[in-house]
Amino acid sequence: MDHDVSRVAVSGEAAALLRTLTAQHGPLMFHQSGGCCDGSSPMCYPVGMFRTGPGDVLLGTIDVGLDDPIEVYMSASQFAYWKHTHLTIDVVPGRGAGFSVEAPTGMRFLIRSRLLTEAEARELGMV
Amino acid sequence: MTIVEEGVSSVYAAPGAKGSVVEYRSRYGHYIGGEWVEPVKGQYFENITPVTGKPFCEVGRGTAEDIDRAVDAAWKAFATWRKSTPAARSLMLNRIADRMEENLERLAVAETWENGKPVRETLAADIPLAIDHFRYFAGVLRAQEGSLSQLDEDTVAYHFHEPLGVVGQIIPWNFPILMAVWKLAPALAAGNCVVLKPAEQTPASILLLMEIVGDLIPAGVVNIVNGFGIEAGAPLASHPKIRKIAFTGETTTGRLIMQYASQNLIPVTLELGGKSPNIFFEDIADRDDAFYDKAKEGFTMFALNQGEVCTCPSRSLIQRSIYDSFLGDAIERVKAIKQGNPLDPETMIGAQASNDQFEKITSYLDIGRQEGAKVLTGGEPVDLGGELSGGYYIAPTVFEGSNSMRIFQEEIFGPVVSVTSFDTYDDAISIANDTLYGLGAGVWSRSANICYRAGRAIEAGRVWTNTYHQYPAHAAFGGYKQSGIGRENHLKMLEHYQQTKNLLVSYAEGAQGFF
Repeated sequence: MDHDVSRVAVSGEAAALLRTLTAQHGPLMFHQSGGCCDGSSPMCYPVGMFRTGPGDVLLGTIDVGLDDPIEVYMSASQFAYWKHTHLTIDVVPGRGAGFSVEAPTGMRFLIRSRLLTEAEARELGMV
Repeated sequence: MTIVEEGVSSVYAAPGAKGSVVEYRSRYGHYIGGEWVEPVKGQYFENITPVTGKPFCEVGRGTAEDIDRAVDAAWKAFATWRKSTPAARSLMLNRIADRMEENLERLAVAETWENGKPVRETLAADIPLAIDHFRYFAGVLRAQEGSLSQLDEDTVAYHFHEPLGVVGQIIPWNFPILMAVWKLAPALAAGNCVVLKPAEQTPASILLLMEIVGDLIPAGVVNIVNGFGIEAGAPLASHPKIRKIAFTGETTTGRLIMQYASQNLIPVTLELGGKSPNIFFEDIADRDDAFYDKAKEGFTMFALNQGEVCTCPSRSLIQRSIYDSFLGDAIERVKAIKQGNPLDPETMIGAQASNDQFEKITSYLDIGRQEGAKVLTGGEPVDLGGELSGGYYIAPTVFEGSNSMRIFQEEIFGPVVSVTSFDTYDDAISIANDTLYGLGAGVWSRSANICYRAGRAIEAGRVWTNTYHQYPAHAAFGGYKQSGIGRENHLKMLEHYQQTKNLLVSYAEGAQGFF
């Protein structure tokens, strides 16, 4: 997705943490979770640890200043409910459960989100 | 918001403070092979109480090496444990329950300090339910029988229940002791050995429980390794020597655990929660009586455990003819919720379990407003002052909106309910089922037929009917759709932790005749 309009973005602080974590774990990706406990949280994994498939949607990529952009996925069924949403990956102090790679740093990735504007939705072919 | 001053009322002292009924150690290692051991890499992490936001102990930061050690200890114990009699296992479970009961107040205060939930709940629900869970499985274990089928005059099929071996269990942070016991009691009853990883937000109360009951359990039968998901949870879930993995949490990790299980070809049980609907049909308002009062409490159940329950009734559907009147009455009930120090027995809603939960919930309060949902009450974090200022408190919040809004569809896992109206029975069912999940639901009506039809039509594993948030051991619990696989509680759960051994025996005196 190299359009001007994107469904995903990243905060400066999250980008910095992603650079550190990439140095430690190698290339990373995100899969947006749903359900209880840490549901609605983005999970960050080394590429290859979590297998995406035909039931997933690539929402877009985020550029944090590394060689490769970081892919952000969501299950297609969840996307049906979330498709009008623009997601920004941010980070806060915390200790989320799940297997997301940032937990040992005492930080937790978090989704900041807003509805897509009408212009963005049009650009993404949704209107 | 009432805060009762310490010393004036019967507020429990914080664990470790003067006059407290319970004390956490300053540091815990892992519990492996019946002993407290240092993590192999010697690392620890700080454990924070959400009541004040301050650390209160250190806990072992486990890695794959610790998981290996725990799995080996468990297999070593299994050699003997697998031969234990049902009577011996049942007695052990009953003794654990008795010991917990003797220590109920200590466990309740410790759990509140660990998780932030009000001591009113831990005293009346979390710990008593955990105790009863052990007793339930101690009982059903003795009554479980295998079967035999006579296939013909000379041939008999015998079916035996056998334990699986060593099982892995990954526990959530919303009911740290109760959710651990939900998984431990059936696994132990069935004769398995366990390696259990608590959540990193709530790693210590289960260790305190092991301090209290550890001597009743043969060494290595229960092993507890703490640590972060990526460092300890993933090595446990993917371990080639476990025979089953059980997990409670969210969908992405649930999928990852299934992926690991597919590598090792082992069974999984998953409990992944969702957005549970709570449906109020118009006849509840026919009379202003005890039943109507119960329905108002039913609406308010979204605030139980600060909304941090997999089955939180986070979508409230109210029939249009009673919408304004019932919602008005229910909101009065919500406003009467006492928020305060979780260690005060008067407090009804305490702290969210962690800072990141707190941040996520506040972000959804913004999202709800941005999308045009109307805040009917609450909608803000709460500063309780003094030491509690550093804790993670959010006012019980009622949003009014429509089912397509994000606050109706995404898991907030906080004390937030989104309310909408419906016209007909069919509308109610259609809205209720318009979700990816299907763990819990509530139906409220004075009509037995409406209750029955709605209960059967809702795609969820547990439909509370004219009640909500009851969790007896003797009722099966688990999800439809993306809320998970398998069931917890009930005799049914025993079989999730058992193999079926079939002995097919011929008593014929002669050959079959093929050769």
